[in-house]
Amino acid sequence: MQTHKYDVVIVGAGGAGMRAALESSTRTRTAVLTKLYPTRSHTGAAQGGMCAALANVEEDNWEWHTFDTVKGGDYLVDQDAAEIMCREAIDAVIDLEKMGLPFNRTPEGKIDQRRFGGHTRNHGEAAVRRSCFAADRTGHMILQTLYQNCVKQGVEFYNEFYVLDLLMNTGPDGVEHTAGVVAYELATGELHVFQAKSVVFATGGTGKVFKTTSNAHTLTGDGMGVAFRRGIPLEDMEFFQFHPTGLAGLGILLSEAARGEGGILRNADGERFMERYAPTIKDLAPRDIVARSMANEVREGRGAGPNKDYVLLDLTHLEPAHIDAKLPDITEFARTYLGVEPYTEPVPVYPTAHYAMGGVPTNVETEVLRNNTDIVPGLFAAGEVACVSVHGSNRLGTNSLLDINVFGRRAGIAAAEYAANAPFVDLPANPAALVEGMVETIRTRDSGERVADLRRALQETMDRNVQVFRTEASMKEALGVIDELKERYAAVVVQDKGKRYNTDLLEAVELGFLIELAEVITLGALARKESRGGHFREDYEARDDVNFMRHTMAYRAPVTDVEQGPKFADEVRLDYKPVTVTRYQPMERKY
Amino acid sequence: MTATAEKTDQTGGQDSPKAGVVPSFTVTLKISRFDPETDSEQHWETYEVTAHATDRVLDALHQIKWDQDGSLSFRRSCAHGVCGSDAMRINGKNRLACKTLIKDVNPDKPITVEPIKGLPVEKDLIVDMEPFFDAYREVMPFLITEGNEPTRERIQSQADRDRFDDTTKCILCAACTTSCPVFWNDGQYFGPAAIVNAHRFIFDSRDDGGTQRLEILNDKEGVWRCRTTFNCTDACPRGIEVTKAIQEVKRALLTSRF
Ligand SMILES: Cc1cc2nc3c(=O)[nH]c(=O)nc-3n(C[C@H](O)[C@H](O)[C@H](O)COP(=O)(O)OP(=O)(O)OC[C@H]3O[C@@H](n4cnc5c(N)ncnc54)[C@H](O)[C@@H]3O)c2cc1C
Ligand code: SF4
Ligand code: FES
Repeated sequence: MQTHKYDVVIVGAGGAGMRAALESSTRTRTAVLTKLYPTRSHTGAAQGGMCAALANVEEDNWEWHTFDTVKGGDYLVDQDAAEIMCREAIDAVIDLEKMGLPFNRTPEGKIDQRRFGGHTRNHGEAAVRRSCFAADRTGHMILQTLYQNCVKQGVEFYNEFYVLDLLMNTGPDGVEHTAGVVAYELATGELHVFQAKSVVFATGGTGKVFKTTSNAHTLTGDGMGVAFRRGIPLEDMEFFQFHPTGLAGLGILLSEAARGEGGILRNADGERFMERYAPTIKDLAPRDIVARSMANEVREGRGAGPNKDYVLLDLTHLEPAHIDAKLPDITEFARTYLGVEPYTEPVPVYPTAHYAMGGVPTNVETEVLRNNTDIVPGLFAAGEVACVSVHGSNRLGTNSLLDINVFGRRAGIAAAEYAANAPFVDLPANPAALVEGMVETIRTRDSGERVADLRRALQETMDRNVQVFRTEASMKEALGVIDELKERYAAVVVQDKGKRYNTDLLEAVELGFLIELAEVITLGALARKESRGGHFREDYEARDDVNFMRHTMAYRAPVTDVEQGPKFADEVRLDYKPVTVTRYQPMERKY
Repeated sequence: MTATAEKTDQTGGQDSPKAGVVPSFTVTLKISRFDPETDSEQHWETYEVTAHATDRVLDALHQIKWDQDGSLSFRRSCAHGVCGSDAMRINGKNRLACKTLIKDVNPDKPITVEPIKGLPVEKDLIVDMEPFFDAYREVMPFLITEGNEPTRERIQSQADRDRFDDTTKCILCAACTTSCPVFWNDGQYFGPAAIVNAHRFIFDSRDDGGTQRLEILNDKEGVWRCRTTFNCTDACPRGIEVTKAIQEVKRALLTSRF
């Protein structure tokens, strides 16, 4: 075991982590720990763009952007946070340009902007051109640009270090402080203890809870899981965004831009079914509505394909030249992965698990909350792992790339400033005990069940029961499976018994996080007897502001150091946190 | 509810395959294995998997890892060709496992899978990427500007933006560099990927660091080592015209115009 000491440790090198690192590393001694090489992070997969009211091409302002964000989130958004995000959006985009990001340009050479779902002028009057973009590779450009600037600044990275535990200890003030993290080094199997005054979690999402997802294999909710096991609550986990157009069976994303450019969704009969569900805006209705309509077509037997289990995205009426100019990457995905030629054939699509609106609760300074009001000194979170909450119950397209830049920057500054004035908190005794227990127990078990079998069972039940449509019965079924998996996990076995590059072992560890989080998602969804944004209950179809205009806060008893590693929660307790409303009273969400 | 387009067996075979309907078949993979804790050298191991026409080589590797031999080690993340984790030598050519369909690499014969060449093999298909990233960092792959910062964005025409568009697509997968015979024979050569990333800034109208970067590339290990074999261009999963970018950098060195 090795021990390291830094003022600030940032966990994760996606957009949020690297944006934080750029701030923190100029101010104080900073290390970035990441399980992937920074440029492999899933921020690089983002296609559409990043919104900011630059008003480069038409009138716009950040207040309109704030309103759209609040309404898009079905009023579960904390409005103070949304206001900050939309105000700071403008600088966030300009900062990226100055760092070198190659945005598309207007004829005058300014950053170009285009329309995106839910972004409007003057509180819903008409669509507005607010999304700043670099072709359909905006996330790739953000990730590359941030990494380039980290290289320029000499940011210290620990690549392929998996953070598997958060260390806390009582500080001089008698309160539990952050003391550091424990990381597993992939190359050697060695454990590293990082003592730090500030820790920033920027570990991204948890799409792999579901089978069909646009998320990378590595998005297994580690940061959320680690924090939760140490007694930190998780907020609004039941809100997961299902993007309508994933490649059927694969989940690979085809951007909303496909419909923006004129693509039409059809069922097996060739019917443009969105005319029935959203007569005015049809295929361009909000993501949650389109996803539900598609799932309903399939459920009522009008799905296409041999198993009638998908619908079709029809681009065949568009000029091939237009497709090439506007949708090159995503049409290539259809060709490569389904062998479908979008010029002449409709593309099989189905909703895909896309984005976790919930996560580790923070205030607008990115300080992590231990309950509705108190923070954990020295602990910060930003990006998809966090819940500030700017997305409420449904994130608008382009607002996550914005979130990671605005709150990533804030986290870097806040963590460094905190470290400047705080002492190191002592490491707890045997700091690596929990992780050691966990990895060694799994690595040395001789026989038992395969990781992949358990993961499949989990993902299948989540897709079947906790996806676009949810009912009490479906969620109870999922919880039954999850309970069983919690037990079976105690006998999970890996074949790779080695120390070096043991990805077999790490998949087992990641599965533990997935099971833990699936339970929180499902319990939150079961308790939320209403429909709002991405959470749709067939047994409670209406939004219920009287009883449910509040954030869910899920808690478990913190693990105590045990030789076998952490145990799953015996019980998850649900509590609630009020929504911060500043300007906008809840209204019916119509488009 | 989950769509299963890519997993659908079409038994009977009377219908012509429709979009998303794919028959399954058995395919053999011959994989280069190396466990640093027990092996002194690489050796081949053979696996059989049931695949569908839309399966990627990555799916086959996962099937092996998940259902047959958990010790098989490789890197991967996004699974759709955007993160650059899984460049490997498939039937002797550098490709991304997640962007290579099994049916496109002649599944009638065993498909060989090896680590990319020229970087130290750490385990199975995993190589040490540090030398590759070192070369990348060497070329100052970041915007360098002089003078005062404007308050708003820098102005750049779309035409100037288009000038370096191709090289902005790079995902640092190393497929190009590790397909280059010069790189194999001479570990000191920067390799195509580093030059691609230098090109991305040299031809950016906002950048003032071109001269410094060109000096670095003019070095003996730099751009002149390139013998224009085009392996790199063939290997690039992003369709970047790597050789052309290298030629443009050479020309800039000769003419000092960029
Ligand atoms: C296909 C796709 C398209 C999208 N398009 C858009 C779009 O157009 N506009 C938009 O606004 N949003 C979009 N999104 C959403 C947005 O891209 C993500 O929400 C955002 O990029 C998340 O950034 P992040 O920095 O929080 O996490 P990530 O970029 O996922 O980074 C997570 C980091 O954490 C590290 N990590 C994870 N676990 C550990 C651990 N245990 N130890 C150490 N390190 C760890 C990883 O190595 C990685 O570096 C899209 C998402 C997808 C999937
Ligand atoms: S130029 Fe192409 S092949 Fe080379 S590293 Fe970049 S993406 Fe990979
Ligand atoms: S797994 Fe990301 S490029 Fe293949």
